[in-house]
Amino acid sequence: MTRLVFACAVALVSWSLASPTFAQTAATPPAATGNAENGKRLFTEKRCYYCHGTEGQGADRYPRIARVQRGADNFVRYVRQPAAMAAYSEQQISTAQLLDIYAFLRSLPAPTPVKDIPLLNQLKAPGK
Amino acid sequence: MATTRQPVGRRKFLQGAAVGAAGLVASAREAEALPDVQQGAAAPPVPSPAPVEVFHTDRPGSDYMVDVLKSLGFEYVAANPGSAFRALHESLINYGGNTKPELLTCCHEESSVAMAHGYAKIEGKPIMVMAHGTVGLQHASMAIYNAYADRVPVFVVVGNILDAQFRRNDAEWAHAVQDAAAMVRDYTKWDDTPVSLTHFGESAARAYKMATTPPYGPVVLVADAALQEEPIAPADRTRLRVPRVTPTSPPVGDSGAVSELARMLVAADNPRLIAGRVARTPKGVDLLVELAELLQAPVQDMRFTLRMNFPSRHPLKMGPAVPVTDADVIVGLEHPEFFMNLNSMTPTNRMGMASAPRYKPGTKIATISSSDLLTKSNYQDAGRYVEADLAIPADAEATLPALIEACRRLITPERRRAFEARGARLAEDSRRTREQWLEHASSGWDASPISTARLSAEIWNQIKDEDWSLVSDATFISSWPHRLWDITKHHQYIGWSGAYGIGYGAPAAVGAALANRKHGRLSVNIQCDGDLNYAPAVLWTAAHHRIPLLTVMHNNRAYHQERMFVVDMAARANRDVGRAGIGNDLNDPNIDYASLAKAYGVYGTGPITNPNDLGPALKRAIEVVKRGEPALVDVVTQAR
Repeated sequence: MTRLVFACAVALVSWSLASPTFAQTAATPPAATGNAENGKRLFTEKRCYYCHGTEGQGADRYPRIARVQRGADNFVRYVRQPAAMAAYSEQQISTAQLLDIYAFLRSLPAPTPVKDIPLLNQLKAPGK
Repeated sequence: MATTRQPVGRRKFLQGAAVGAAGLVASAREAEALPDVQQGAAAPPVPSPAPVEVFHTDRPGSDYMVDVLKSLGFEYVAANPGSAFRALHESLINYGGNTKPELLTCCHEESSVAMAHGYAKIEGKPIMVMAHGTVGLQHASMAIYNAYADRVPVFVVVGNILDAQFRRNDAEWAHAVQDAAAMVRDYTKWDDTPVSLTHFGESAARAYKMATTPPYGPVVLVADAALQEEPIAPADRTRLRVPRVTPTSPPVGDSGAVSELARMLVAADNPRLIAGRVARTPKGVDLLVELAELLQAPVQDMRFTLRMNFPSRHPLKMGPAVPVTDADVIVGLEHPEFFMNLNSMTPTNRMGMASAPRYKPGTKIATISSSDLLTKSNYQDAGRYVEADLAIPADAEATLPALIEACRRLITPERRRAFEARGARLAEDSRRTREQWLEHASSGWDASPISTARLSAEIWNQIKDEDWSLVSDATFISSWPHRLWDITKHHQYIGWSGAYGIGYGAPAAVGAALANRKHGRLSVNIQCDGDLNYAPAVLWTAAHHRIPLLTVMHNNRAYHQERMFVVDMAARANRDVGRAGIGNDLNDPNIDYASLAKAYGVYGTGPITNPNDLGPALKRAIEVVKRGEPALVDVVTQAR
């Protein structure tokens, strides 16, 4: 029988405390040097999308990492020694691969502003 | 009731049946020996059949059982048919007229119980479930555990042939059990095995009261097959009576303890109310709003929203991720895992209980919970021990009026001014949080697979002007309905399964939609794919009984939570995370849920992969639902 214990920590929780604005509020990092196309492939292959979504959009307690604002070194360091998610070793994901994933995440387009999405814009209304 | 024919004893009937059967065999042999009439031979006269004693009774014991069950006010009986309750089945449909209760044809006992579970969450009262005492109850057991852990009343009647002399064949021996209810006794509130009809009547009344007195829970009553099938003894016909049932008042907190809690709350600078299963009824929502507004205190759901306790856009509604670090009084209301709100959580990639308090030293912790009144121990759904300063073993909803009045008496003008300032601050926090959620929802808006935020927003756009009811849990879609929708009424969200037993979702949705039907509500089920595959034939039950229900698939093509667990374990073991889909993915081939629905007689459409196609598909499906039928829209979605 499937049992569900919601203790999954494969998420960069400590980055944001589930704040959806993390990626937008940090300082702009230096340009990514990795291969974004290869990073996109690795993002799927290494199952990053399980928690963070195929567009890096995040989900519930799993923070958004699209257009990550953390610097590349910081990004690699976090994946090696995370506060909450499982740690990924060099054997599992090489630093070069992580830099490619980083480049992919940096390459993702900014989301459309809420005001330009009618379905979301209408949700700004206060409760009845 | 008048008796028009003399019943005979069962053993005598069986003897008669054996004689009759032998007569039939003899007649067949004689027929074989007859010359062929069509060949022109003269046919000898057909011999008269041997006299057979025919058994009739117009008053089996099961008729009395139906009288009792009708008196309890059940609207429905959810059942997969079974021989051990065949007489009760027959009495329900003929003697009882198949009305109040009406039989619901279910294709799995787990579905029967989960339907009852969902129904009770909307209607606030149980329906009945019938099942075989062995194989049926075995099927039902997980769903009963869910209902138990979710504190929901379900009234289960199981058939059993206790007396060995009544068991006719190997099937009836295999289906008989000494103590039928033992199998589920660890997670039912009460059970009994009556040995007479009077005993059945009184125990049925007691079982109903037990199930519907907080803490609610499932109960099991064994209907012995001999009691069902044997005629009511003539001497009993004038003696038997249907017991009167009056509701038992819910347990209310001790007045001294309630006063103490009021003092703590009124004196607090930053009180926090954390709600689990507070609102048993719509009144519970009103009371929690009244308390929160009186104190200008924030209300937070636990990590998962177990009930519709508090309006989703109320200025005092606090997001579930806000830690308790600044609170000086924290009150858990019917909260089954309060410890996890108070303490940090051990990541799954580490072993042991490496959690620590998240509240500051000196913070007062209080609980009101009817679960403190349950004394079961084998199944460990109690959660980790909470070091409460004040624990009130009582039903929270029933205790809130006294708590509100106690607070009201203590509030001075000075405290009221402080409360108003706090309320303004909380309202601003709430507004900012909602803005952040909307901004987050825009991320991946046009993604395919479709984001769960987009899914939720598209559904909301179609239902917002209806009297709608979300009859499924929202945990696996990142709780987007709670973040985006304007949820104000108790019936607009039914909560979660209780024990995380999968296979609950689809049948609970059908049961809740059944309860919503007479109120004319639009029931919406956001259905996880893995869950539906446990017992999908409940779709047929919905079609057969014309239960209007919009099912929107959250089809991420996996048992996704488990995929994440396996990734976590692989990372921890320094092995290949890419293989985590093995044993978890539900693809290759992809499951065609629209066709599955159609096979069961349900309108089905999809799979939808383009988010721009979703709104029109939902609109078409809702038109079907408004005609009084179920409909399913298959949507290929992001994992969460």
